[in-house]
Amino acid sequence: MIIFFGKGRRDLKVILIVLPLISLVFAVINGRVGELSSSILDRSGEAVTLAISLCGIMCFWCGLMKVAEASGLVENAARLLSPIISLLFGGLKKGGKAAQLIAMNLAANMLGLGNATTPLGINAMHAIAEETGAEGVADDNMIMLTVLNTASLQIIPTTAAALRQANGAKDPMEILPCVWIVSVYAAAVAVAAAKIMGWISRRSGRARGNSPKIK
Amino acid sequence: MRATDFIIPLITVAIMLYGAVKRVDVFAVFCEGAEQGLKTCMDILPALVLLMVCIGMFESSGAVDALTRFLKPLCDLVRFPAECMQMVILRPFSGSGAMAVYNEVAAANGADSFAERVAAVLIGSSETTFYTIAVYFSAVKVRRTRYAVPAALTADLTAWIVCGITVYAFFGA
Repeated sequence: MIIFFGKGRRDLKVILIVLPLISLVFAVINGRVGELSSSILDRSGEAVTLAISLCGIMCFWCGLMKVAEASGLVENAARLLSPIISLLFGGLKKGGKAAQLIAMNLAANMLGLGNATTPLGINAMHAIAEETGAEGVADDNMIMLTVLNTASLQIIPTTAAALRQANGAKDPMEILPCVWIVSVYAAAVAVAAAKIMGWISRRSGRARGNSPKIK
Repeated sequence: MRATDFIIPLITVAIMLYGAVKRVDVFAVFCEGAEQGLKTCMDILPALVLLMVCIGMFESSGAVDALTRFLKPLCDLVRFPAECMQMVILRPFSGSGAMAVYNEVAAANGADSFAERVAAVLIGSSETTFYTIAVYFSAVKVRRTRYAVPAALTADLTAWIVCGITVYAFFGA
């Protein structure tokens, strides 16, 4: 498999090979090869239309959020978050560099600062590694940070709203309460799962006598 | 006038005011951020073309109908529209892929339909799980991610279970 797919993101390559292949087979079976052919030409154009129609709102939102960032809103939000962080992340120094960066990363996530979250998250990962001395193996706090980042805790789902607007929804923001409910559920379950899996992994690790270093 | 109409205007006014109070050069900083937004938009375009073509092929060949029929009994358990299953499958891998599926679902079912709303809520409430994990752990050269992937995937699974029911409760089918 690795030889066949070469370098790069293997998961995406599988999707990009499997989807068109299945499509061709189904189009032949269903006698829809004509539709298949025109869909390739159509969708290329539609992708450009979509990207351009998203451009305006993306620019506006990124600009607004840059103002929020420059006026120190991220730091303020991070301060509000720090009690929750000491609850979720065990064994980190209170007010230490790692705890601060985690708070900043989560605050940026909630405000939807796409460009700022990843560098903050990566710096937070480095700070955790420094504090706990974990090397090559993920420690519980690293996993908690990643899990929180994959659970999408955005307060205003800009991309979803912009997509709805571009597709002619009457009130693009009406889904807001639904998005909040679903994200909170997803994040809560994921945090609980991470805590339980961490506990199980520590227990079985200790039984085997090769538990990852935890301070 | 709806309550949700206030969200964007209020946030806009609040942030501009706060920026001015904190003596930020609002105009210059805004333009700097907007430029980043423009760059992001153009950066995703090549990937978006590729994924929209792939998803469009999948749709036009009738393969989606087959997948939908196959997964419908499972989706009915949680009131999830089977048309959106492609989103559930692709979302953890690719943000552009999720956008492509959203567009396909919106075009096929119409704006403000049940499936369209569910697809939008899913985009807003989940992330590109595998991509995020890859970026974060490779940055600190961690190869053994232990339970990171299964724990993060429970978030996606939960979103799938809750999404249809929530949208149904708010808007009906």
